[in-house]
Amino acid sequence: MAYMHIGKDFVPPDVVGKVTGRIKYSEDYSRDGMVYARLLTSPVPHGRVINIDASEALAMEGVFGILTADDVYPDGEPQSPGLKVLTNEPTLIGEPILAIAAIDEKTAETAMTKISLTIERLPFVLDPLDSLVEGGPDAYNGGNTYIFREGFAQEKWTTDQVASFRSGNEPTAEAQQGWAYGDLEAGFAASDFIHETTFSTAGYPHMSMEPRSAMAYWENGKCYLHGTSQSLSAIAEPMAAIVGVPLEDFVFINEATGGGFGQRARAGSIPSMAIPAKLSQKINRPVMMRVTREEEFTIGGARQGLQGWIKVGFKSDGTMAAMDMYCISDNGGKGGGGDANSAAGGVSALYQTEAMRFRNSSIGTNTAHRGAQRGPGENQIMAIMAPIMDKAAEALGLDRLEIRKLNAAQNGDVSGSRSTPFTSAYMPEALEQGAAQFDWEGKKSRARQTNGSKVRGFGIGQGYHNAGRSGMDGIVRLMPSGRLAVHNGIGNLGTYSYASTSRAAAEVLKMRWEDCDVITGRTDRHLPITSPQDGSNSIFTNTRTCFGAAQDLLVKMKEIAAMDLGGDAADYEIDGSRIYQQADSSVGMTYAEVAQRGIELGGKFSGEDELPEDLNRLTQLSVSRLAGSALMGVYHDPRHNNNPPGFTVTFTEIELDKETGKIEILDLVSIAECGTVVHPQGLANQLRGGAVWGIGLSVLERHLYDPQNGLPASTGYWQSKIPTYLDTPANIGTGWVDLPDPENPVGARGIGEPAMGAVSAALNAAITDALGGHLFDTAPVTTDMIINHIAGVSEDAVPLAQNNFRG
Amino acid sequence: MNPKLSRRRFIKGVIASGAAATSTTIWYAANGAERPAGAVERLIRINVNGQTRSVDVAPQETLASTLRYKLGLTGTKLGCNRGECGACTVLVDDTPSYACSVLTHSVKSMRIETVEGLESANGDLHPVQQAFVEELSPQCGYCTPGQVMAAVGLLRINPNPTREEVRQGLAGNICRCGSYDSYLNGVMRAAQIG
Ligand code: FES
Ligand code: FES
Repeated sequence: MAYMHIGKDFVPPDVVGKVTGRIKYSEDYSRDGMVYARLLTSPVPHGRVINIDASEALAMEGVFGILTADDVYPDGEPQSPGLKVLTNEPTLIGEPILAIAAIDEKTAETAMTKISLTIERLPFVLDPLDSLVEGGPDAYNGGNTYIFREGFAQEKWTTDQVASFRSGNEPTAEAQQGWAYGDLEAGFAASDFIHETTFSTAGYPHMSMEPRSAMAYWENGKCYLHGTSQSLSAIAEPMAAIVGVPLEDFVFINEATGGGFGQRARAGSIPSMAIPAKLSQKINRPVMMRVTREEEFTIGGARQGLQGWIKVGFKSDGTMAAMDMYCISDNGGKGGGGDANSAAGGVSALYQTEAMRFRNSSIGTNTAHRGAQRGPGENQIMAIMAPIMDKAAEALGLDRLEIRKLNAAQNGDVSGSRSTPFTSAYMPEALEQGAAQFDWEGKKSRARQTNGSKVRGFGIGQGYHNAGRSGMDGIVRLMPSGRLAVHNGIGNLGTYSYASTSRAAAEVLKMRWEDCDVITGRTDRHLPITSPQDGSNSIFTNTRTCFGAAQDLLVKMKEIAAMDLGGDAADYEIDGSRIYQQADSSVGMTYAEVAQRGIELGGKFSGEDELPEDLNRLTQLSVSRLAGSALMGVYHDPRHNNNPPGFTVTFTEIELDKETGKIEILDLVSIAECGTVVHPQGLANQLRGGAVWGIGLSVLERHLYDPQNGLPASTGYWQSKIPTYLDTPANIGTGWVDLPDPENPVGARGIGEPAMGAVSAALNAAITDALGGHLFDTAPVTTDMIINHIAGVSEDAVPLAQNNFRG
Repeated sequence: MNPKLSRRRFIKGVIASGAAATSTTIWYAANGAERPAGAVERLIRINVNGQTRSVDVAPQETLASTLRYKLGLTGTKLGCNRGECGACTVLVDDTPSYACSVLTHSVKSMRIETVEGLESANGDLHPVQQAFVEELSPQCGYCTPGQVMAAVGLLRINPNPTREEVRQGLAGNICRCGSYDSYLNGVMRAAQIG
């Protein structure tokens, strides 16, 4: 289908602000009379605050007040997992206990040293298996796990059970959660090749470039909060609740976000923004709370680590007949995420496993708080699975590409515990396109060739994430000037989808992009509810809402034209600036005129009544405040039916130096299968950025904690080994399948997360290839592991170790 | 400072000299409320983006603090405040430097350029900025001003770099969004426009 905007590049409205430094992040704001908050954080990995004596600090000149957990939670802290705004029950080093506001940061820091904090040390634990073993320490007060709707609980295995798991065997304890489909036993019985192994994947921090600084002030009873998020509108209502202010009196300002990657999607993952808001209310001054890199590490979130066991069976033709997976998920200090479940769902989706069982138990550790991080679960497990696919191919005498094509998801396929059909799926096409672009056939014979100490390895990776939601709202306004205002509440964190999805509205109304304004950046610009920009969903979800709102507007435009100019609404056509009769184009009116008439007519035309049922509360509020200002299109998106997948494929060639363990990526090509392409440059950026993240997962990034004191050792960029220019290839090839999805009005689905998973998978497969088929069954595979393997040194000082060096 | 001095050597020098304070110390310095015990002149003149600015600077104050919080030049970002990421990169006598790890007092006689100083008087973007727009190099944009300044510094001493030279030249600037390839495309395009 020929589109005006979809599939075309454009200059997003904020990009000039980014290259000139003019766009503002939360820390770039200031306000007359602004004072500064600093945080006093927990010095211990697990403790209980007995007493806080701040009298000396509060008596200092230039100190305005403190905020403690008792202020925030006068009825006591909620006994549930998740970050608190402030806490008296810290379960990780660096967790904020109190905030102090002063005339400047130096005074605040000095005042902090005058606070007498009495804290009881409690036992702590860094590795879930050390907590799981009978008699092991518990990370939380009340246990080492949290059972939904029941509360904190203790989960213990016998010493033998833990030892058996650590030495490579299937766990025998009952798991907390699970699902299954198909006949697992029959699947293994029909298998000609079975691979069974324990595996581990590391947790590591998000490390968004912008620390989560926030500034707040109160004016005429309203709270204005400058913060950072992955969605203005999805954050607004829960954040207002955390601050303790009615939604009507809360303004969230967030023009740009310096990276999110999953941990700024929900108010609950960034409750620290409430600190300056509450302090400001208490001391009646604007408060800026600048967050340091170390603080960002602590409260900025981390990927869950997994310790698991898998058994995979393949039939002689290469079909994956059965998959059995058991995971222990590291829930960190504040309760975690659903990585293991997503990992299992991802295997089911990507490899179309005929029978599958998944089991998981989530166990806390006194380490950074966990939650969704780019492709949570799917991206870790793909790094484990890709070498297994290659081992199966070798054992069964199949080509590595063919075994993947054989198991690839296609239209009509289903996945997961509920056998949900895909909205559409073209994985074989993606594999073929990637193979052609990379020249797999021409290159694969070079595998394992040596050149001095260097050896070549090739890898194919696949990525998947569910990539679309629905049920959100859309607002568009045709202004008396003839311009279109597209209200969009998606966060602005670098995908540009706040703008690219708005173009679906311009498409419906055939308007030039220059005649459209994206309204975003602060909630008092009146935004509709959107899903947070997470879970690779924005492109699918918000093209649906923008398209739907524009269609509502178009219907109203035609009604007005028929009312004023005669005939039937169906007789009218649009050209982007005029609405006119198809039979006689001279009979018509301009967009500006029709907008003006909409305001005059009022009622449903200007958003005053006949609004869609089920509009979200924030959308209702926004529409009520916009009513009468323009001809309005308002839309509530119904639920879609099936699972919109985001699929990716990566081919890579590496050179591994057997003397140093260092890997150089010589070639890397990533292909997206994400429906119709909406914004090619944005998609290429996601594929490239995803590749960098995939490299981090595969070979670099992991948590390190000092086992004696529980101190985090990877609080900075360099220690946590964020990939740099020199860790990544100078060219990353990209491409896309570009076939439309039927459940999206412009055919589009999302891609951000799988863009990473395919790369982590391909890279791990290439390392295994270069090492003659050795499987590490872990991610990351670091240079020390490679060197140890080559030297014949045992890789595992403590098998399956988490939050520490593996060997 | 010798403009040919490599950026890595320069940064190493700063760190070795102890000027790279811990982040806590930098927070202290940011507002510079305390009078120095010694005879350090506080009201100094610095040359920023071609203009001489008088500013009250505490002895341990970093250039990033002065630029952002005294002069309102918030285009210079702080990602780590400890010499790890390059978000704060500015040019000091043409050399890309981590403004979080440079003391303002140490650059009083030097030319400082920030991202705000790149556009021409008629508002045209600098070729690096223009190329970054055309290539859609930034993602979240938080590292972008630093990448821009590192690229401008590189192109001044090497107007026609190879892609590999750009990769090496910008290696001190981390991008968590992983937009490296897009920044490389941008710098190569800027060299053509330039
Ligand atoms: S902020 Fe200066 S190097 Fe990171
Ligand atoms: S564009 Fe986000 S950190 Fe570089």
